[in-house]
Amino acid sequence: MSVATVAFYVIAVLTAGSALGVALGRSIVYSAFALMGTLLGVAATFVLLGADFLGVVQLLVYVGGILVLTLFAVMLTHRIADVHVSNRAVGRPLGVMLVGGVCVYLVRVALRAHWVVRAPVAPGPTIYGVGDAFLTEYVLPFEVASVVLLAALIAAVVVSRKEVRG
Amino acid sequence: MSAVDHPTPAAYVALIPLVPLAGAAVLGLFGAPLQKRFGKGPIGWLACATVGASFLLAVVAFVQLLGMPPQARGAGLVADLFPWIHVGTLRVDVAFAVDPLSAVMILVVTGIGGLIHLYATGYMHDDPGFWRFFAYLNLFTFAMLTLVLGDSLLLLFVGWEGVGFCSWALISFWHKDPANARAGNKAFIVNRVGDFGFVLGIFLLFWTLDAHGHGTLLFRELRAAAPALAGERLWGVGVPTLATLLLFVGATGKSAQIPLYVWLPDAMAGPTPVSALIHAATMVTAGIYMIGRLSFLFAMAPATLWVVACVGAATALLAATIAVAQNDIKKVLAYSTVSQLGYMFLAMGVGAYGAGIFHLMTHAFFKACLFLGSGSVIHAMGGEQDMRKMGGLWAKLPATGKTFLIATLAITGCPFLAGFFSKDAILWAAYASPHGHVGLWALGTAVAGLTAFYMFRQVFMVFFGECRADPDVQHHLHESPAVMTIPLWVLAAGSIVAGYLGVPHALGGPVGIPHLFERWLEPVTGPQVLAEAGGAGGGEVGVELALMAISVAVAAGGVLLAWLLYVRRRPDPAVFSAALGGVPYRLVLNKWYVDELYQAVFVRGTLALAALTAWFDRWVIDGLVNGAAAAVRGVSALAGLFDRWVVDGAVNVVADGTYVVGRRLRRLQTGAVTTYLYVIVLGVLGSVALWWSWAGAS
Amino acid sequence: MGELAVTHFVVLATVLFALGLFCVVTRRNALGILMGVELILNAANVNYVAFARYAQTGYDGQLFAIVVIMLAAAEAAIGLAIVLGIYRSFETIDVEATDRLRG
Repeated sequence: MSVATVAFYVIAVLTAGSALGVALGRSIVYSAFALMGTLLGVAATFVLLGADFLGVVQLLVYVGGILVLTLFAVMLTHRIADVHVSNRAVGRPLGVMLVGGVCVYLVRVALRAHWVVRAPVAPGPTIYGVGDAFLTEYVLPFEVASVVLLAALIAAVVVSRKEVRG
Repeated sequence: MSAVDHPTPAAYVALIPLVPLAGAAVLGLFGAPLQKRFGKGPIGWLACATVGASFLLAVVAFVQLLGMPPQARGAGLVADLFPWIHVGTLRVDVAFAVDPLSAVMILVVTGIGGLIHLYATGYMHDDPGFWRFFAYLNLFTFAMLTLVLGDSLLLLFVGWEGVGFCSWALISFWHKDPANARAGNKAFIVNRVGDFGFVLGIFLLFWTLDAHGHGTLLFRELRAAAPALAGERLWGVGVPTLATLLLFVGATGKSAQIPLYVWLPDAMAGPTPVSALIHAATMVTAGIYMIGRLSFLFAMAPATLWVVACVGAATALLAATIAVAQNDIKKVLAYSTVSQLGYMFLAMGVGAYGAGIFHLMTHAFFKACLFLGSGSVIHAMGGEQDMRKMGGLWAKLPATGKTFLIATLAITGCPFLAGFFSKDAILWAAYASPHGHVGLWALGTAVAGLTAFYMFRQVFMVFFGECRADPDVQHHLHESPAVMTIPLWVLAAGSIVAGYLGVPHALGGPVGIPHLFERWLEPVTGPQVLAEAGGAGGGEVGVELALMAISVAVAAGGVLLAWLLYVRRRPDPAVFSAALGGVPYRLVLNKWYVDELYQAVFVRGTLALAALTAWFDRWVIDGLVNGAAAAVRGVSALAGLFDRWVVDGAVNVVADGTYVVGRRLRRLQTGAVTTYLYVIVLGVLGSVALWWSWAGAS
Repeated sequence: MGELAVTHFVVLATVLFALGLFCVVTRRNALGILMGVELILNAANVNYVAFARYAQTGYDGQLFAIVVIMLAAAEAAIGLAIVLGIYRSFETIDVEATDRLRG
């Protein structure tokens, strides 16, 4: 039982538990905060796997950006009066069955698969490597993603405009 | 027989037919306004002047011919006008030719025609259609002259048809009365039947000659080419015989012989000058002229000649029997004409062509005189034509009566009048000709007796005895004006004198008088088939004289009988009409019911055929058409059904199917996002599963 | 348990995925569904990075994950804009209520 393993299990429990909270949270606000926990846990996982830059990116973008945005939306649409209504789930048993089935099957696959594993390299700062790759080998997805972001920006503005009457 | 000499050109000959044509054109186009403006006088003068001019020109032509040697005379004078039909081997131009035969004809047509024109100016004086009458009369003259002057069979036929048309127009002149119109139609239709045969004869001639490379319709060329026909046969019959028979059929129509004579008595519905001109002197003689013109052809067909002679003799007898019982003054003369035409055909049939033409000429004189005289009587009687209402007119109508008597004596064959010479020539030929037969002579002599009887019956009934007319008619009895009596005198003179042109050898030979007429016609008709008695070749003078005496005696007997019955009234004619139950009398009075027979057989038959074909047309042909239409309707109905149920059905099935499917599929669109998400997820999972199973993932 | 292997991470990712799927399929709140989508994306990211670490194929795993994060951001932005729009129109973000497109 190495340190990494222990760390992993702690993080895993945290993450999975938060995810459960997202899924089963009574109110949407609880779910949102649980999502925060999940995202933090994922960031930690990244770091554990040696992707330090990615972990930071996760924190910045996901937690700092997306989650905040989600919280905004939650706050804007949350009706204090409708607490008991807004988080009701539909077709729970069916969902549990489906999800349970998928989960079990995938786990089985994961356990049984012959994963191709190679010797790990010593962990080091990945930021240089990632930056290089983005500007050389993977410059196309980089640029396309930029365009997508621009489009999303415009789209979001357009979609959320107030209707002009008259 | 003269060789085909070249005829002498004489352009003025063309004027002979064309001047009356011009007259007809002027009168036809401008007659009505002219009559209204200037009255009837100038019209009458114009009409007479054109025919008079033609007559003068005819005399000039005659004189010119006289001055030519016989050879050239036979070829005659010719006036070429213009090329007409040039098709294949047929070349016919419009050209008029005068030779001895046509010279006789044109003199008769224009001379007697001119006198009749003059007479008609008086007779038709009160008729408002005066101009129309003379237009037709001039047109008729033109057509008749074309007929006799045409130098080809085709041109002759044009004239033939032309006179037929004018005859129709003139018979139906008073067309307001439908009976007159019917009479005209009858004449035309019966003529058409004959013309059909005539046309077939022309075709046959040309066709056969053409096969030998001699295809022509010109008379002088036909004469030269005729021998080529000698051996030809068609359907087992010799071509000359067949062609001449067909042509003779046309002649029976135009010249009123059995079986196509029935129109001529009806034609008396026309004005009397018309009867005189057309149905006595000229048109009806066209058949005789045609045979004379084509005598060389008929000479090649003895069978046809026999038919012609028999038909002529039979017709003469039949018509004479009918004339005996008629009471209409014009009907008697009409049947008399038919009978005399029979004589002419008898002459042609026994080969005595010259004698036939001679009788044609003398008959024209006295028959015209008789008709015009009857017209004068009718005029005086205020329109009455029934002889039973006449009588004792001699004193009131001296000129008419005297001329009528002279003409009657002529027709009866009174010696030293024209009819004697011409009729006798025929009877002698009938007896003595190689084509003749004593039976024919006997018939002819019997007819002579009947002729004498019915003609004098007419004379006695009309002019002698007591007047049986109504008193107010008697009051108005007056002689006709000079314009009508002068022609009568001229014609009566002709009836006496014309005969001396043809003094038979038997009489004239010893005295040195030649048969001028026969000599004149010789270039055309050939030397008489029958050598005259006393002339070159034999025959017995004595026999001829004896026959002459017999015929005179028979005629005298007829006259006597008529005198007994109609002047002395002992025995009473009623005895004869009542004899044998009145049957013979009724038979002859009703023309042997020939018209009724034709009506029942031909007219009804044609109408029945027409009805049958009409039925056929209505039920079978129209039935087919209607059936086709109904079939189409049925098919279209079926197609409509098909379209409605199958085609539209298919379309509707597709549409309804789409609708039904769409309705079912619509339920997929729940609008619930959750459902959609489920579907997405399941879809993805399914796709992955599929992919995994295909890829064979472990 | 033993040595930390890729399997562990894959299982973790699977669990996250399953829970995210559960949110997507069962939640009535539109934002809840979006949160589920985020969970799924994160699960995928974990998988990517784990494979990158253990298969040593260079940086491409991490790069993919970065791209996913970028796209997730874009998607979240638009999605939330849409949700706000729905909220404005329907006064609610209950997806059961937005069945106007029901056929």
